[in-house]
Amino acid sequence: MNPQIGALFVQVAYIAASAAFILGLRGLTKPDTARRGMQLAAAGMLLAIIGTLLNHEIITYEYIIIGLVVGSVIGLPMGLLVPMTAMPQRIAVSHMFGALAVTLVGIAEFLHYRDVPGGPGVVKMVALGFETIFGALTITGSFMAFGKLQGFISGKPITFPGQKIINAAIFVGAIGLWIYLIATQSGGPGAGADNGVLLFGLMTLLALVIGVTLVLPIGGADMPVVVSLLNSYAGLAASATGFAIGNNILIVAGALDGASGFILSILMSKAMNRSFANVLFGAFGGEKAAASVKSAEGLTTRSISAEDAAMRIGYARNVIIIPGYGMAVAQAQHAVRELAELIEKRGGRVRFAIHPVAGRMPGHMNVLLAEANVPYDHLFDLEEINEEFHTCDVALVIGANDVTNPAAKSDPASPIYGMPILNVQDAEQVIVVKRGMATGFAGIENELFYLEKTSMLFGDAKGVLSQVVSEIKGL
Amino acid sequence: MISAVATALGAATVAITLMSGGFTAAESASASGTLIDAQIVEVYVFLLAAFTGFQIITKVPPLLHTPLMAATNAISAISLVASIVIAGSERPLYINIMGAIAVAAATVNVVGGFVITDRMLKMFKKTEAPK
Repeated sequence: MNPQIGALFVQVAYIAASAAFILGLRGLTKPDTARRGMQLAAAGMLLAIIGTLLNHEIITYEYIIIGLVVGSVIGLPMGLLVPMTAMPQRIAVSHMFGALAVTLVGIAEFLHYRDVPGGPGVVKMVALGFETIFGALTITGSFMAFGKLQGFISGKPITFPGQKIINAAIFVGAIGLWIYLIATQSGGPGAGADNGVLLFGLMTLLALVIGVTLVLPIGGADMPVVVSLLNSYAGLAASATGFAIGNNILIVAGALDGASGFILSILMSKAMNRSFANVLFGAFGGEKAAASVKSAEGLTTRSISAEDAAMRIGYARNVIIIPGYGMAVAQAQHAVRELAELIEKRGGRVRFAIHPVAGRMPGHMNVLLAEANVPYDHLFDLEEINEEFHTCDVALVIGANDVTNPAAKSDPASPIYGMPILNVQDAEQVIVVKRGMATGFAGIENELFYLEKTSMLFGDAKGVLSQVVSEIKGL
Repeated sequence: MISAVATALGAATVAITLMSGGFTAAESASASGTLIDAQIVEVYVFLLAAFTGFQIITKVPPLLHTPLMAATNAISAISLVASIVIAGSERPLYINIMGAIAVAAATVNVVGGFVITDRMLKMFKKTEAPK
C-alpha cells in the first residue's frame, strides 16, 4: 500500500474510534441505550486495532500475534466466567492489567529513545516519567486492592508508626528522580558516566512501592474510593502515553478514563463525607472503635424470629429494602428478589434504597440486584428515596450498617457525623437482618438498632430470608 | 492532599509541556515551529477530551457506575495500539518482548472488558409489562 494512504487510513480509523468511544459513553447515560453504546465503542476499538496493524513501522507480526492470542486466552474467560459477585476484584485486576501495559510501554519507549539521536526531548520525557510512575503505582495498588477484596490480604487497615512520613519520603524520592531524569535524559544519553537506565529503573521501583504503601492502610469499606482513584490513575497514565508517543487516540481514551475515575472518586468521597486525603491517609476505624463501644451499654435490642418477620413483611403495603455489603457477602440477592416478588404478588409495593457507597465499588448493589433479575426501575438512589421512608410500613435493612446510622445526623461527636445516610429511622418499623451485633466498618455502634421500632433478625441473610419467604407463603 | 498533589502534577505537566514547547521552538527556529504546533495540539486534545468526558460521565446514573468503570477501563486499553507498535517494529528483541507482554496485558482488558460490560448491561431490565 502507498505509505501515505496507509497513514491517512490509520488517522481516519483513530478519529472514528475516538468518536465511537465518546458516543459509547454517552449511551451509558441511560440503561436503554447503554448496551448499544458499548457495542459501538467496541467496534471503534476494533477499527483502531486494525488501523494500527497497518502501521508502516511494523515489520514483524509474530510477537504481536503471540501477545494478542495470550491476552485473548486470559481475557475471554475473565469476561465470560467471572461471577457478578466477584466484580469488585475483577475491576481491580483490570486496572492492574491496563497499568501493566502502560508501564511496559513507558519503559520500552525510554529505552528506545536511548538509540535515537537527540533523545526524547523534554515534553516526551515528562510524559514518559508520568506514565511510568502512575502506571507502576497503579499496578501494585490495584494488586493490593484485589488482595483485600479477594480476602488474601487483610481488609483491615494496616498501619505502623511513621507510615505517613515513610510514604511521603518515597513519593518525594520518585518525583525527585523524575525531575532529575527530565533534566538529564531529555537530550538522550549524556557523555561520560550515564546512569539513566539505572535511575529510571529505581524510579519505577519506588513507584511500585508507593502503590503498596498507599493501599496498605486503607480498609475494606473505603475500597470504592480506592478503586475509583486507581481507575483515574490508569486513565491518566494511558493519556500520558499518548503524549509520549504523539498519539491522539491514547490521549482521548486516557482522558475519558481519567475523568470517569476522578468523578467517581469525588462522588464516593462525598457519600462518606470525607476528603480524598482522609480516605487515603486516615486509616478509618482504628482507635476510634474502643471509645464508642461504651455508648451501647445499657441499651437493648429486640430480636425477632423469621416467623415474626414474615408476619410483618407479609402484610406490609409499602416496603423499602436497604441492601449493603452483608447481602453481597451472604450472596443473598436471589433470596431478596424472591422476597420482593412475593410481597408484590401479595399486593405490596417494594423499592430498593441504594446508598452510593454500599458495597465495595461504585454501583456494586445495582449490579448484584440486576443479576438477580430485580428490574432497575425498582432501584433508587439516596436522593430519590430519602424522603419516602416515612411513607413505608417496613424498612428492611439487609447487611447494611454505617449507611443507616442516625448518629451521622444527630451526634457531632460521631466519626461518621455529616455523612449522608438513608433515613431508615423514619419508617414505621425497621427490620434489620444481620449476622450478629458486630459493628460496621467504621467500628461504631448504630443507634438505629436500639430504637423501639427496630427489630433485629439475626442470622445469615440468605438462609434467614429464604425462611421468611417460605413463612410468608404459608400465611 | 493526594488530590491536591495530583492536580498540581497535572497543572505542572501542562505548564511544562507548554514551556518546553516554547523552548524547543526557540532553539530550532529553522524547523519553522512544527514541533510546538504538534505539542500544543496534543494539550488541546487532552483538555477537550477531559471536558467532554466530564460532561458526559456526570450524567451517567449511579445505577450504571459499575458498568461505567468496566467500560472506561476497556476503552483505556487502547494502549494496545502503542503496545502493538513496540512489539512489531524494528527494535532490539528484548524491547519487542516487552511490547508483546504489553499487548497481552492490554488485550486482556479489551476482550475481557467489553465482554463483561456487555454481560452486565444485559442484566439491567425494566419491569415487564403487567401480564
